[in-house]
Amino acid sequence: MSDATLILTAIAIPLVGALVIALNGKNQNRRDTLMVASAVLVFLTVLSLLPSVLAGNRPEALLFFIMPGLPISFAIEPLGMLFGLVASGLWVVTSIYGIGYMRGAHEKHQTRFFACFSIAIFAALGVAFAENMFTLFIFYEVLSLSTYPLVAHKGNEEAKRGARIYLGLLLGTSIGFLLPAMLVTWFMAGTLDFMPGGILQDNVSRSIGAVLLILYMYGIGKAALMPFHRWLPSAMVAPTPVSALLHAVAVVKAGVFTVLKVSIYIFGLDYLQSLWSADLIMWIAAFTLLAASVVAIQKNNLKARLAYSTVSQLSYIVLGAMLASQLAIMGGSLNIVMHAFGKITLFFCAGAIYVAAHKSDISEMDGLGRKMPLTFFAFLLGALSVIGAPPLGGFWSKWNLMLGAVQAHHAIMIAVLLISTLLNMAYLLPPVIRAFLLSPPKDDGHHSDEGTSLRRFGLAEAPLFCLIPLLFTASGTVVLFFYAPAVLGLIEMIFTGGAQ
Amino acid sequence: MTLFEQFPILMVVVPMFVAPLLAIVPSRGHLPWSIATITNAVIFFIAVSLTQQVLVDGTIFYELGNWPVPFGIGLMISPFSALMLLIITGASLVALLVGYDSMPSEVGAEHQSLLYSCWLLALTGLIGIAISGDAFNIFVFMEISSLAAYVMVANGPNRRALTASFNYLVTGTTGATMYLIGVGYLYMMTGSLNLMDISERLADISDTLPVMIAGGFLVVGLALKAALFPMHAWMPNTYQFAPTPVTIFFAACSTKVALFVMMRFEFVVLLPNLGEPAYFLSSLLIPLCVAAFLVGSAVAIFERNLKRMLGYSSVAQIGYIVLAISLASSAGMTAAILHFFNHALIKAALFTAVAAMLLRYGSDNIDSLAGVGRRMPLTSFAFVIAGLSLIGVPLTAGFISKWYLIQAVLEEPGLGILLTVLILVSSLMAVVYIWKVVEVAYLKAPAGQKLDEIKREEAPALILIVLWALVIANVWFGIDPSLPLALANMEVVELLGVGR
Repeated sequence: MSDATLILTAIAIPLVGALVIALNGKNQNRRDTLMVASAVLVFLTVLSLLPSVLAGNRPEALLFFIMPGLPISFAIEPLGMLFGLVASGLWVVTSIYGIGYMRGAHEKHQTRFFACFSIAIFAALGVAFAENMFTLFIFYEVLSLSTYPLVAHKGNEEAKRGARIYLGLLLGTSIGFLLPAMLVTWFMAGTLDFMPGGILQDNVSRSIGAVLLILYMYGIGKAALMPFHRWLPSAMVAPTPVSALLHAVAVVKAGVFTVLKVSIYIFGLDYLQSLWSADLIMWIAAFTLLAASVVAIQKNNLKARLAYSTVSQLSYIVLGAMLASQLAIMGGSLNIVMHAFGKITLFFCAGAIYVAAHKSDISEMDGLGRKMPLTFFAFLLGALSVIGAPPLGGFWSKWNLMLGAVQAHHAIMIAVLLISTLLNMAYLLPPVIRAFLLSPPKDDGHHSDEGTSLRRFGLAEAPLFCLIPLLFTASGTVVLFFYAPAVLGLIEMIFTGGAQ
Repeated sequence: MTLFEQFPILMVVVPMFVAPLLAIVPSRGHLPWSIATITNAVIFFIAVSLTQQVLVDGTIFYELGNWPVPFGIGLMISPFSALMLLIITGASLVALLVGYDSMPSEVGAEHQSLLYSCWLLALTGLIGIAISGDAFNIFVFMEISSLAAYVMVANGPNRRALTASFNYLVTGTTGATMYLIGVGYLYMMTGSLNLMDISERLADISDTLPVMIAGGFLVVGLALKAALFPMHAWMPNTYQFAPTPVTIFFAACSTKVALFVMMRFEFVVLLPNLGEPAYFLSSLLIPLCVAAFLVGSAVAIFERNLKRMLGYSSVAQIGYIVLAISLASSAGMTAAILHFFNHALIKAALFTAVAAMLLRYGSDNIDSLAGVGRRMPLTSFAFVIAGLSLIGVPLTAGFISKWYLIQAVLEEPGLGILLTVLILVSSLMAVVYIWKVVEVAYLKAPAGQKLDEIKREEAPALILIVLWALVIANVWFGIDPSLPLALANMEVVELLGVGR
C-alpha cells in the first residue's frame, strides 16, 4: 500500500472499529475480541509508516478541500509519528486492560464506552497526523466531544458535574482562544500549514505574535496550564481505563503535542525565542508544575493525586517548548513518551487496586502491598520513571530538559526542575511505602470475590486482564531507558529534516 | 415561448392560484395537506431548475407581458434570489412534510384547509419578495405574506397564540409602513419604483435630505420586520405559540426575507450612490447587532421553553447576519449570504426535532423532556448535531458561516479583534444553551423512572426522514459549501465588482 493509503487506513480503522463495536453490543466476547483486533491492526498500520519517516520522508495524504487553501489533509513528521505510535501502541494495552477492568468492576453500558473510546483514538491519530492547524483543530474538538460520554459514564451527579467542567473548559478555551488565534493566523499569514521554521515570522509583528502565543497556549486547554487545569482532576470521575489512556496519554498528550507543533511549525523556534510572552508562558509553566505538585501532595484520593501529577508533568513539556532550544524541545518531546508509559502504569495500578480491593484512597492502602505485590512493584517502577530516576525512561526527558534550559540561557529552570523532582518523590512514593512497610489495618474484612489464580499464593491481585497490561507498561519504562537514544534519533529528525 | 422560460413568474403564480382553491376544499382527511405539499414540491423543483440556470447564465431578467422595464413590471432572479428561492421553497416543503403528523395534533381539523390556504399565500408573498425587482411590488408581496402569517400564527394550540399574533401584527404593520414611507420618498425624488432604475437616477441627487430620510425609514422598517434587536420582542413569542410546522417555516425564512430586502436596498440602491452617509448609516447598526447576539444568546441560556429558547437564538443569529451586512464589504456580503443558507438549514433541523419531541411529549418545556435521549434516540442525536452546527463546530455548516463572518470582521481595522471576541463569546453561550438540552435529554431521568427503564418510542418515520435529511445537509454543506459559496460569490461580483 502507498503511504497515503496507510495513513488514511490507520485513521479509519478506529472509526470503523467504533461502528463494529456498537453493532456487536449483544455478544460481549465477540465485541471485545474485535476491539482488541482493531487496536492491534491500527498499531501495526502506524508502525508500518515508521520506516518511511525514518528514511526522512514525510508521507502525506490529502482528503479534501473545505475552503480554498484550507484542506483536511495529513502529513506525518517525526513528532506526529512518535505521538501516533505512543497513542496506538498504548491503546492495544489499554483495550486489554479495559476488558478486565470494566468486567471486574461491573460497569454498565460497556458497548457505548468502548465505542466512544475507539472514536477518541481516531481523533488522537487525526491530531497526530494533521498536516495543518485546521485539520488538527477539527480532530482536537472531536477528541473533546467523544470523551465527554466517557467522563460522564457513571451518570450520577458527580460524574455529570465533572463532565460539565471537563467539556466546558476544553470547548471554552478552544473556541475562545484557539479558534481566534487560528483565524488571525490565517488572516495574516494566509496559510495554516505546519511548516518547518514557522509561518508567522515574515507576516506578523512581534507584538501581535506575542499575543497570539498566549492565545495559542491557553487555547490548547488540553495542555492544562494553570488556571485552566481544572478539567483534568474533574475528568477523574471516569472509569480508570479512561483516566489511564485518555487522561494520561491520548487527550493530554494531544494537548502538549499541539503545543510543540505550534511552537515548532507555526511560530518557529527563532521567532518564538524573540517573543516576550514566551518567557511569560515559561514562568507560568514553571509555576504550574510546582503548584500542581504541591496540590498533589495534599490529595488523599489516588487518582486525584495522579491527575495533579499529570498537570505538573504536562507543564514540563510546555516549559520545554517555551525554552525553544533544540535540546529542550527534544526533552519535551521525549517526555511525551516517557511520561505516557510511567503514568499509564500508575493509573493501571490505581484501577487494579480499585478492582481487586475496592480502595481508592491512599490512607486505606496500608499493607496492601503484601496482597498485591506485583501491582505495587509496577507502581514503584512507574513512580520512579515519572520522578526521573535512572535506570528508568523518565530520566532522559528530564536530563534533556535541563540541558535545554542551559542551552536556552535559562539555567534557573534547572532549579525548578529539581525542586519538582523532590516534590514528585514526596507524592508518588508514600503509597508504595504505606503498602509495603505499614501493617494492614486489623478490621479489614474485605475479601475480593474476583481474585485470580494467584490467590492460592495468598495474594489478591486484580484479574489477569488487568495485571498483565500493567506489568507490560511497567517493564516498558525500564526498556525505554535503554532505547531512549533511538527515540531521540527520531525526534532529532525534526531539526535535521530530511526531504521536505 | 416555452414553459421553461416562464419559470420565474410560475414561482409566484402557481401557489397564488392554488391558495384560493384550497380554501374551498373540504377540511377533512389529508386532502388539503396533499394539495399544499404537491404544489410546494412543484415550485421547489422549479426553484432548483432556476438555480441551475442562474449558476450557468447569471442573473435572469423577466419582463411581465413583455412590457419593458421600467414601464412594465420586472422580475429579477439574481444568484442571491435563487438561493433565497431554494431556502424558502425548501423550508416550506420541509415544514409541510413535518406537518403531516404534527399539524393535526396542534390545529383543529376544521381549520386545516384554511390554514394551508394561508400557507400558500405566505409562500407566494415570500417568493414574490425574493424575485421582485420593484420596490412597490416588494411591499405588496410583503403584505400578502405578513397577513397570511398572522393568521397562521393565531392558529397555535395555546390561546396565547392570539396575543402573540397580535403583537406580530402591530410590529409587522409598523415596519411595513415605515418601509412604504421610505419607498414613497424615493419615488418622490426619482419618479421610479424599479430598483435598478432608482439606483441610476439617484446618482445625481444622492446627497439630498429626502433620500437620506428614505434610507433611514427603509432600514428601520426592515429591521423591525427582521426582528433586529431591540425590535425583536415579537419573534420569540411568535415562534413559541405558532403551530410547530409554521415555526419551522418561519424560522428558516420569514425574517430572512426582510434582511434580503435590506441587503437589496443597501447594496443596489444606497451604497453605490450615497457613499459616506450610507456607510455611516450601516455602521450605526453594528452596536445593535452586537447587542442582538449577546442579549439573544444570554436570554436563551435562561429560557426553559425549547421553542422560545431557539427563538432567542434566532435573535442572536440575525445579529450575526446584520453585522455581516453592515460591514458593507464584499467579504461581509459573502458571509451574510452564506449564513442565510446555513442558518436556515440549522434552524429547520432544530425545530423539526422539537416538533417530533412535542408530538411525543405534548410539551416543549425543557424540564419535561428528561430522558428524551433514550425515548427518541434518533431525534435527540439529530438535535445534538444540529446544535453543534448552531454553535459552529467544524465540519458543520455553522462553522463555515462563522469562519467567513470572522474573516470579514477582521478586515475592519481596530474594531475587528473586538468584534471577533464578542462573536466567539456569543458562540460559547450557544454551547451553554445547547448543552443544557443535551444534559436533560441524555443524563436526567424523568420523575419516578430510571433511565434504563425508558421505552423507545421514536417520532413518525416521515419526520425522522426529513430531520435526518436536514442533519445530513448540515454536515454536507459543512464539508462542501460550494453551492451557497458559488451563488454568494456570483452575487458579490455582480453587485460590487471585485472588492469594495
